[in-house]
Amino acid sequence: MAEFKDAPPGASMLQKTTVWFENRFPTAFAEYKKHMSEYYAPKNFNSWYFFGSLALLVLVIQIVTGIFLVMHYKPDANLAFASVEYIMRDVPWGWLVRYMHSTGASAFFIVVYLHMFRGLLYGSYRKPRELVWIFGCAIFLCLMGEAFFGYLLPWGQMSYWGAQVIVNLFAAIPFVGPDLALLIRGDYVVSDATLNRFFSFHVIAVPLVLLGLVVAHLLALHDVGSNNPDGVEIKAKKDPRTGIPLDGIPFHPYYTVHDMIGVGVFLLAFSAIIFFAPELGGYFLEYNNFIPADPLKTPAHIAPVWYFTPYYSMLRATTDPMVNVFVVITALGTVGALLKGGLSGLARIGVVVAGLVVIALLKTFDAKFWGVVVMGGAVIILFFLPWLDCSPVKSIRYRPRWHKVMFAIFVVFFFVLGYLGIQPPSDIGTLIAQIGTVFYFGFFALMPWWSQIGEFKAVPDRVTFQPH
Amino acid sequence: MKKLILWLLCSLALVSGAQASSEGPAWDKFPKERVTDVTALQNGAKIFVNYCLNCHAAAYMRYNRLRDIGLTEDQIKKNLVFTGVKVGDTMKVAVDPKEAKEWFGAVPPDLTVIARSRADASKGSGADYLYTYLRSYYRDDTKATGWNNLAFPSVAMPHVLWELQGQQRAVFAEEKDAHDPAKTSHVFKGFEPITKGTLGAEEYNSAVADLVAFLQWMGEPVQGERVRLGVWVILFLLIFTVIAWRLNAAFWKDVK
Repeated sequence: MAEFKDAPPGASMLQKTTVWFENRFPTAFAEYKKHMSEYYAPKNFNSWYFFGSLALLVLVIQIVTGIFLVMHYKPDANLAFASVEYIMRDVPWGWLVRYMHSTGASAFFIVVYLHMFRGLLYGSYRKPRELVWIFGCAIFLCLMGEAFFGYLLPWGQMSYWGAQVIVNLFAAIPFVGPDLALLIRGDYVVSDATLNRFFSFHVIAVPLVLLGLVVAHLLALHDVGSNNPDGVEIKAKKDPRTGIPLDGIPFHPYYTVHDMIGVGVFLLAFSAIIFFAPELGGYFLEYNNFIPADPLKTPAHIAPVWYFTPYYSMLRATTDPMVNVFVVITALGTVGALLKGGLSGLARIGVVVAGLVVIALLKTFDAKFWGVVVMGGAVIILFFLPWLDCSPVKSIRYRPRWHKVMFAIFVVFFFVLGYLGIQPPSDIGTLIAQIGTVFYFGFFALMPWWSQIGEFKAVPDRVTFQPH
Repeated sequence: MKKLILWLLCSLALVSGAQASSEGPAWDKFPKERVTDVTALQNGAKIFVNYCLNCHAAAYMRYNRLRDIGLTEDQIKKNLVFTGVKVGDTMKVAVDPKEAKEWFGAVPPDLTVIARSRADASKGSGADYLYTYLRSYYRDDTKATGWNNLAFPSVAMPHVLWELQGQQRAVFAEEKDAHDPAKTSHVFKGFEPITKGTLGAEEYNSAVADLVAFLQWMGEPVQGERVRLGVWVILFLLIFTVIAWRLNAAFWKDVK
């Protein structure tokens, strides 16, 4: 234990109180310094850097509004739908709390997608920040689970049939699939049992994991320090007297006050939706979900909520012909590795065997299963990004022009996939989604190769910054 | 960077531009201003209680919430609540769902949030649909009820408001398909009145508009208050953002 300090003679009441607490809880003071007042962040953050703190804000909004919703919500197949309408009508300010929560779900994904894209733009996952990125990807996975479980709770038609479709996807897994789906549902169809367990997952299990991961994400970040739009390591240039990075400024007050602008602008958009368009044209609250769940009436068109649709699109794109495309890609990959890989004799045999096994598996199992693999793989591949990106510079600012074009095409395809996932399937839509899927995976899988090609600009020693 | 944002905007335009896809006739535009018109809402409530609430429930809607559209508790008790029902109760019906299914072939859906559930991004709001639907009944002797509906083909519900509107028939024509001359399609040409109702055509449209306004309001009774409050919230946030911006500038002026 540290030495007990005494307040200086004539100290004010505030100083005495501070000393009193410092003597009894020094950790709080040390942590405050470490993470706020003496956490040195690069001074050249741009608007992309708002989304981290905004994600934290939305997390808090979701937890607080969620607590109040649970006070009135009934996780019972016979009462759930009515209890949501009860919240919307009879609970004082219930409508506001519910709209904040439903809009917050979509806002969470918007903010997190932008936050992740920031990481992609400036190479924020590169050494030494790999773990920060991996914790972040795990948060994203949890968030998807949280959104999926939560979406069942209003017990509307889309809740019900969306859950039915997604749980049935697990049934496509060979051997264990049907039993696994049964385990998830707790019944042969989505029912009261499903609603109860999803409620439990949504309000306690996943949020606990999510909070733990957020803490890990922030601790890991503060250990290695933030990246910045130039991708320059600010810790490389320190003031020799103080040991403080020359381009670093204390997070508090500089970035707390800076993030308040972001909070203001975000809340403006957030409130505009809550108060003027809470359904947002059926994207945030689907129209069909105002019809109570009916296990006997399948809606004509079942689409997940918008934030899942890019992945849902990839699932639907994986048809039998698409599996054949995968076979061809695998064969080409194998031949390519043999010709250009510069591998030893044993490794060559290994590559051929692996290629043949993959092709055999592709043709053995149903396309539906591979659709599930593609959908899951699209998220899992993000975890490997720190090792896929082999560009000699971190930031997009110093990468060749055509890399920017690649990023732009990636973004466009992501939007197009999302759009197609909302629409009922069509031949042309499926074809575009298939091209999009191949591009998505090609973008990541071939990144070790393409990210090294082109003329890179010289990275400066210090960050570029113009005083305000 | 700017290019990226431009790309993003372009793709957004793509997304919002390519929506029109659903089949069926287009929906008429519901006169939106009725939702904020208290007289229209009260008239709509009267029509709703007299014509709809016999078979359809509004099980999440309390009678005394009608105070929000300018009715007093006494007025509600005297004119709208049936004997034995308390003014704080929700609008339930005595029809047993099983019997209803036998009589109509379908259980009449609860109408509390019907206006919210029937919207279609490519065709219009739920109110547009209801406004079209309640004006699209026509005589069709091939159906068990003797009624059919253009907006909801083979609908189970007969035309409950027929005394008000009168009876009409739908005129169809066989037309050659523009793309495939071998095919003909059944094209709707218009309605023709058979018998007169107690209301004229304009009066009937107006009565339906009032009823739909009430259904729209009932779907979310707080909708008016929500928008009014929203204006203040936005004003507050604008001031907050400006202060945050200036505060930030004050702190950052010593970052060189």
